Amino acid sequence: MEIKVLGPGCPKCQQTEKVVKEAIAEAGVSADIEKVTDTMKIAGYGVFGTPAVVVDGEVKSVGKIPKKEDVKSWISS
Amino acid sequence: MSNDACCASDQQIMILACSGGSNVGQLSNQAAVELTQEGFGKMFCLAGVGGQLSGFVQSARDTPRMVVIDGCQVGCARAIMKQADAPLGHYLVLTDEGIEKNKDFNLRRADIDQVKDAVRRAAQQDATAPAGLPGAEPVQSPCTCSSC
Repeated sequence: MEIKVLGPGCPKCQQTEKVVKEAIAEAGVSADIEKVTDTMKIAGYGVFGTPAVVVDGEVKSVGKIPKKEDVKSWISS
Repeated sequence: MSNDACCASDQQIMILACSGGSNVGQLSNQAAVELTQEGFGKMFCLAGVGGQLSGFVQSARDTPRMVVIDGCQVGCARAIMKQADAPLGHYLVLTDEGIEKNKDFNLRRADIDQVKDAVRRAAQQDATAPAGLPGAEPVQSPCTCSSC
């Protein structure tokens, strides 16, 4: 599983990365996490704002810090 | 996307225009372009939502402040939002604003300004809605990042 956290590095982006890492650890799944900070690469996902979370190529959350339970549902389905 | 989108999407007004093939469709487009250039909001790609591209669809679902503009009662933009299971936000139909639909693409300045005013009025309902009700200003702590 491949998870990308999109954001240039603001506090909300950092908090999103933390939530994603915690969700993965608690769910006990294997996943690669990549932090995407390049604005051109972020634009390629077509998101209106950041932070955003992408799971296996599908954008799951935009412009907010996701709830840990939501992240768990994305990585377990 | 520029850095100014960082942390700001909860305040940024998304503007979605039908951009259809009539005067009112193109009025929706021109108003969205000018309001974006003036910094009132940010035009977003309705075609991406219609194409079911996940970044666009999820953005439409997750953005709390939004104005959707249809040129006429056919309601293509509304249909796209429904198909995407995204909330309609504030919704305008330009023929309901008294602008007659035709195929003249020589847009009138007065019509463009009328549409822009209608979008501004619609979006301002966010600011006047009581807290906790639909349309209320989201409660957010100010961002401290250097990008915003």
